[in-house]
Amino acid sequence: MLSRLRRIGQYSLVALATLGRAGHIWWQAIWRRPRLRNLPLLIRQIYQLGVLSVLIIAMSGFSIGAVLALQGYNQLVKYGSESALGLGVALVLVMEIGPVVSGLLFAGRAGSAVTAEIGLMKATEQLSSMEMMGVDPLQRIVAPRLWAGFIVMPILALMFSIIGIWGASLVGVDWLGVYEGAFWSAMQEGVDFRSHVLKGIIKSVVFGIVVTWIAVFQGYDTIPTSEGIAAATTRTVVYSAVAVLVLDFFLTLVMFNF
Amino acid sequence: MSDSHIILEKVVYLRGQRCIFDEVSIEIPRGKIVAVMGPSGAGKTTLLKLIGGQIQPESGSVRVDGLEIPRLSRKQLFDVRKTMGMMFQSGALFSDLSVFENVAFPLRIHTNLPDDMIRDLVLLKLQSVGLRGARRLFPSELSGGMSRRVALARAIALDPEIIMYDEPFTGLDPIAMGVIVDLIKTLNSAYGTTSIIVSHDIPETAGIADIIYIISGGKVIGSGSPKELFEQDSPRVHQFIKGLPDGPVPFHYPADDYEEELMRVPDAERLF
Amino acid sequence: MQIRSIEIIVGTFMLAGIVSLIVLAVQISGFNVGTETGTYSVYARFENISGLVIRSKVSIGGVMVGQVADIELDPDTYTALVRMEIDGDVDTISTDSTAAILTDGLLGGKYIGLILGAEEEYLTDGDVVLDTQSAIVLEELIGKFLLKQF
Repeated sequence: MLSRLRRIGQYSLVALATLGRAGHIWWQAIWRRPRLRNLPLLIRQIYQLGVLSVLIIAMSGFSIGAVLALQGYNQLVKYGSESALGLGVALVLVMEIGPVVSGLLFAGRAGSAVTAEIGLMKATEQLSSMEMMGVDPLQRIVAPRLWAGFIVMPILALMFSIIGIWGASLVGVDWLGVYEGAFWSAMQEGVDFRSHVLKGIIKSVVFGIVVTWIAVFQGYDTIPTSEGIAAATTRTVVYSAVAVLVLDFFLTLVMFNF
Repeated sequence: MSDSHIILEKVVYLRGQRCIFDEVSIEIPRGKIVAVMGPSGAGKTTLLKLIGGQIQPESGSVRVDGLEIPRLSRKQLFDVRKTMGMMFQSGALFSDLSVFENVAFPLRIHTNLPDDMIRDLVLLKLQSVGLRGARRLFPSELSGGMSRRVALARAIALDPEIIMYDEPFTGLDPIAMGVIVDLIKTLNSAYGTTSIIVSHDIPETAGIADIIYIISGGKVIGSGSPKELFEQDSPRVHQFIKGLPDGPVPFHYPADDYEEELMRVPDAERLF
Repeated sequence: MQIRSIEIIVGTFMLAGIVSLIVLAVQISGFNVGTETGTYSVYARFENISGLVIRSKVSIGGVMVGQVADIELDPDTYTALVRMEIDGDVDTISTDSTAAILTDGLLGGKYIGLILGAEEEYLTDGDVVLDTQSAIVLEELIGKFLLKQF
């Protein structure tokens, strides 16, 4: 009993220490004045994290939009209200699925890459040598990635939503024959920019920050061996996924006035 | 030894429960080649990290040019590091930059030199390690010896006062080894830089070092010029210098008595 | 040169993000950035507004001419006082018009439909629509229907 208590204590201390290190890295990297000469680094990371994720985001967004239209149509047609299809799909995509699924995809595609890259830099002593050259790796390696995640994630989520809605309109309007005018006007009337779209964007910004933070920290804190990097990459994906889903719940709770 | 560039005094360093350094004192005179030798795991690389201020000792002092390294602020520390160059065992080249950009990196960061001047400087440094022709290659395209030479060129890019070599000879073919040995010697005599070599390759190191420290079990067990060390009769020094498999440094990892363990009932061994 | 093309691609990416935002705002959420002609307020009292909310639409003959800006309980009469913001260019609503709370389809949201009267005087800012029809509450209807049955 006593030993179990002690083990719980130890685990929580380790967890607290980890959180402390993660917070320290974030603080050190973000709250330092960003330098203009580091702008090319940021652009490179936006390319790595954002542009390279566009394809997977587009494909997933299209599929999910199309599926939502199929399933939604099946249910709505029973009540004769298939004209609300556009509205339903748009609301679900903009508020929930857009930010959440693109957050998950971002964690799998970009987060894992960031962890592996930084972990490898650590294992090959690149971070150490940078430090010995008087360059702070937190500023040169970590900060651009954190900023890039912050910038890129809402863009990806917006793209996801739009491509999803487009996919839904292809299925709903062009294939299942929902009246086009009703599809779009119900959407325009029911979706409100401030109370739906903006809240979705806020969610995606939060997910972007959290996922890149986890990815960067796992890479930076990894045990510099091949097993260590593999484990850290896995942890990035798992922790990010859980974080996105749990945070989504709380953000919804707070923002949509429950 | 009136002019000591780097002084370590009674340095204690722990890693977890394990004592890596137990009151180690080392003096490194200016402009000399000093080798720190010892068996694997004796904490030789740790020593370089202590001098570079990447880690802090438990107690004792580390002074570079009279500056107490563990007490410096982050900014001061980064300033001191500009006077140091370090060549890592793996080279530690930035894998996303070409050879040229790797060597140019410290120059771009720490100076405001115009591009053509940086170009001239980089070519000069690459020429001195014989790799001017390889400047467009990427680290993944280099052999072990070449990437170490590039790392050396990068380490001397800012004309440092101290160059630290972390296992410069390990895993190289004889020719590449000869090249590195030559380079270290030339750099030292040409620029008068203080050089610290951490290594366990005795013949190469003994060939170029002015002073050798031997560390084992967290303590300095012998020091002096290579000649003095070869003549020393301390059994531990003797074993290391001559490369004898068994001696005061045991060949076996601590274990139970061999005979007794063999006689034990096998199923008591819970391996799986 | 390589850096250049990355910059261009990233620029395109960022531009795509901004375009996405605009598309979402205009095409999807019907955010009206067009001509803003101003609005004027008209009041109406209802006994029951069941389900009418702020930003519900106000229409004449199915065409949206404004939206519900404010709903509060009148403490004297215990009726709901609804403030509607009517588009400024729709300025010929006669004073004897009727305001009815209608439902968009069987299960859709509530909106206010204005049925024009014959009076030649028009409603202006701050006027009250006197003739109103409250919302039809589905439960009440069902209740009445059941009572008749038994």
